[in-house]
Amino acid sequence: MSAAASLPHDAARQHVSGSARYVDDIPTPQGTLHLAFGLSSCAAGQIRSVDLSAVRACPGVHLVLEAKDLPYANDVSPSAHDEPLLADGHVHYAGQPIFLVVAESHHLARRATRLAKVEITAEPAILTIEQALTAESRFEDGPRIYTKGTPQSAMKGAIHRLQGQINLGGQEHFYLEGQAALALPGDHGDMVIHSSTQHPTEIQHKVAEALNIAQHAVRVEVRRMGGGFGGKESQGNALAVACALAASFTGRPCKMRYDRDDDFIITGKRHDCRIDYDVGFDDSGRVQTLEFAHYFRCGWALDLSLPVADRAMLHADNAYDLPHVKITSHRLKTNTQSATAFRGFGGPQGMVGIERVMDHIAHSLSCDPAEVRRRNYYPEMSSKPAARPSVTPYQMEVTDFILGDMTESLLQRCDYHARKVEVARWNASHALLKRGIAFSPVKFGISFTLTHLNQAGALVQIYTDGSVLINHGGTEMGQGLFQKLTQVAARSLGAQQAVIRASATDTSKVPNTSATAASSGADLNGMAVQAACDTLIGRLKDHVAAQHGVKPEEITFAEGQVTAPGLVLTWQEVIASAYEARISLSATGFYKTPEIAWDRIKGAGQPFLYFAYGAAVTEVVIDTLTGENRILRCDILHDCGASLNPALDVGQIEGGFVQGAGWLTTEELVWDASGQLKTHAPSTYKIPACSDRPEIFNVDLWPGQNAQKTIYRSKAVGEPPFMHGISAFLALSNAVAACGPHYPDLQAPANSEEVFNAVARARGSAS
Amino acid sequence: MSKKKHVTLNVNGKTEEFLAEPRELLIYTLRERLNITGPHIGCETSHCGACTVTIDGKSVKSCTMFAVQAEGAEITTIEGIGGPDNLHPLQEAFKEHHGLQCGYCTPGMITRATKLLEEIPNPTEAEIRFGMAGNLCRCTGYQNIVKSIQAAAAQMSAAKEAAE
Repeated sequence: MSAAASLPHDAARQHVSGSARYVDDIPTPQGTLHLAFGLSSCAAGQIRSVDLSAVRACPGVHLVLEAKDLPYANDVSPSAHDEPLLADGHVHYAGQPIFLVVAESHHLARRATRLAKVEITAEPAILTIEQALTAESRFEDGPRIYTKGTPQSAMKGAIHRLQGQINLGGQEHFYLEGQAALALPGDHGDMVIHSSTQHPTEIQHKVAEALNIAQHAVRVEVRRMGGGFGGKESQGNALAVACALAASFTGRPCKMRYDRDDDFIITGKRHDCRIDYDVGFDDSGRVQTLEFAHYFRCGWALDLSLPVADRAMLHADNAYDLPHVKITSHRLKTNTQSATAFRGFGGPQGMVGIERVMDHIAHSLSCDPAEVRRRNYYPEMSSKPAARPSVTPYQMEVTDFILGDMTESLLQRCDYHARKVEVARWNASHALLKRGIAFSPVKFGISFTLTHLNQAGALVQIYTDGSVLINHGGTEMGQGLFQKLTQVAARSLGAQQAVIRASATDTSKVPNTSATAASSGADLNGMAVQAACDTLIGRLKDHVAAQHGVKPEEITFAEGQVTAPGLVLTWQEVIASAYEARISLSATGFYKTPEIAWDRIKGAGQPFLYFAYGAAVTEVVIDTLTGENRILRCDILHDCGASLNPALDVGQIEGGFVQGAGWLTTEELVWDASGQLKTHAPSTYKIPACSDRPEIFNVDLWPGQNAQKTIYRSKAVGEPPFMHGISAFLALSNAVAACGPHYPDLQAPANSEEVFNAVARARGSAS
Repeated sequence: MSKKKHVTLNVNGKTEEFLAEPRELLIYTLRERLNITGPHIGCETSHCGACTVTIDGKSVKSCTMFAVQAEGAEITTIEGIGGPDNLHPLQEAFKEHHGLQCGYCTPGMITRATKLLEEIPNPTEAEIRFGMAGNLCRCTGYQNIVKSIQAAAAQMSAAKEAAE
């Protein structure tokens, strides 16, 4: 059954030999020009004058464009039309593109940008959450509020009450391949775009708007990205539109690749935020009532901030059945990079909020934090007698909850309770080093919360030699989507894996696609590929039945053989004869997610088809003198339903954990008082290295299947494992708590400096 | 523009001669002049390792070396280690043990790993962790990269013993 096999990534052979091509590796036609943006060094202000004469005079420079030179739409936003490609009168953050240089080479273009004389009258910049709140600088008319029960009156009956606050830093995607695009001008003003994007259709739309041509005149092709993580959902628009404009002006191919520092300075990142909490709970740690206030720093433009902040609210409960809860979400507008999608899409921030509350409750009651969490879980799907499903803060019934069983299994297999005792014993005999251990669960909602995005198309073509080419709307960014979908096609067609190939994503083959995002790639496109395959198999069965006098339902296609009573044919024989019988060997497939519908303003309904679950236990050690720390061990049990490819799924889980732990530990973004991002290269922004991964790292898949009829009963896997990184943060908190009687109040990222400060807080010696 | 200098390199067994500006970085020589695009540009500040090549027996990040500094050197890139139909044991191991996801870091990672295994033929897990710490990967969490190197080391040692 090839749909569940741990086969290697479809392009593994090309990757290991350096022959897999990314946008920057595509051989460019003679005469290709290269682009660079000139950036604002000011966070907020009015552009007084732009003198580009020295830039234009620079040898090798062909064209320089400003906002006033753009013939049509000057916009690269995903939907709100609030993001000019080139600043128009005002600048809104330090790093905003003001002009575009088109030159003979990448370096010439970049050097030429430095010759501009730009005068900006600076205005007061709104940089921090506090400044934005004071200035009432926000998106939407006011905060969004979701409420379940009567949280305020329930607080009167609460036995214990805690209030607190956690600040969460943002995160740079640091996809190893920076943003890149290549535009090739064609006949009739057509444009072909190669882009490193998760959203080819949006690139198509933005290019069509910028050139004032129909969407059918723009073809966007994406073979692969060198990592995306959400950072290529909307942030590639500017490069593709710039290349298309320059190609249209010059009639020559145009290419743009951000230098790494520019990539950091120009593009959006994960939203940083502050979460305030006020919780009432009983003696067992069971939450009685809870109020959250989320303050999200969205940056200068809307981008995807509303659905990101919504998803944070939708995960403010995580795995916990909260009887009374109110979540207030502020979406603040600041003069910084426009924060964007990043793996988890707000979910991680929402989840850290509630996990912090659980940690704080357990500390205040001196209870085992894992036990406090279990006491607050939603009712288990398998509980007998069947429990009445509880509802989330947004009124969706939780009917597929399996974390009770998963937690029990994980705690046993990683020997949690004995290790907790051992950690305490070890800490008692070590004065300077302290260990910590923590458990955290994940319940992550699967579906785009903008309901209409939950659709996908596919085109499956069989050629006369029996080889099969599948096309679909999803993009490959390393997650193994193409491999999974070739396996889906092989199983659906009953053909051998070797005859199936996935083509580059292409807007001229499958139109009107959604971004490859929200972990939905395999769920949506897998179903669309299967639908196309089913159509083809229906035709082939009818053909074989007519030709050989058997019934269609008696025919089986499996592993490249076609069998019926008294009949054995090869796949190739059937395809050859079907062609001669003039049977169409090409079919489209389409899928839309059933059952989902909700009201995001009220916060009520069913935004998700199902939930993906997981649980992690992480152990760390800290040096109390320096705050330095190490992850010693991590054990994860994760739910991929009936996995489409266990090896690829385990890879997503391992990578997700390390990336999530990086977010909450070493990865710190620093802006100075004037709004300049000071950490804009890997020299100052530290993502985890090989030496940072856990010394012991055990990942297991939960042996279940999706209760929903997803593609072969699998579950989405891209984002949910990211949030296992929260267990590393909690383990650090646990280690710090071993230093003194006070709650560590650990803030994120918990880098060495923060751990050092938290040790002082735990001891009550903070200055 | 400074005066161009004559440069002679041996890249993957082939002699290359050309005139280059003194500040031409080796990664650009490889990618743009010689169309060797396996080594990738990640950060251009010698931190990420995507551009790693081997120069005269040492792992070097080719984004922070000038072409003129490599005058007369023997350079091996991923293309010189093995092609798609002629994989080196390390390449085979990275493929089979899922030591890659997006693949962008992979050429530099494998190029570095070939030197690591020359320096330490049977490395411990800790030696791999620190020997590979100069090459960043954002996708895998490194687990399968370490496994791939361990598998290749075992296979290469066994092959060497069998030959002796």
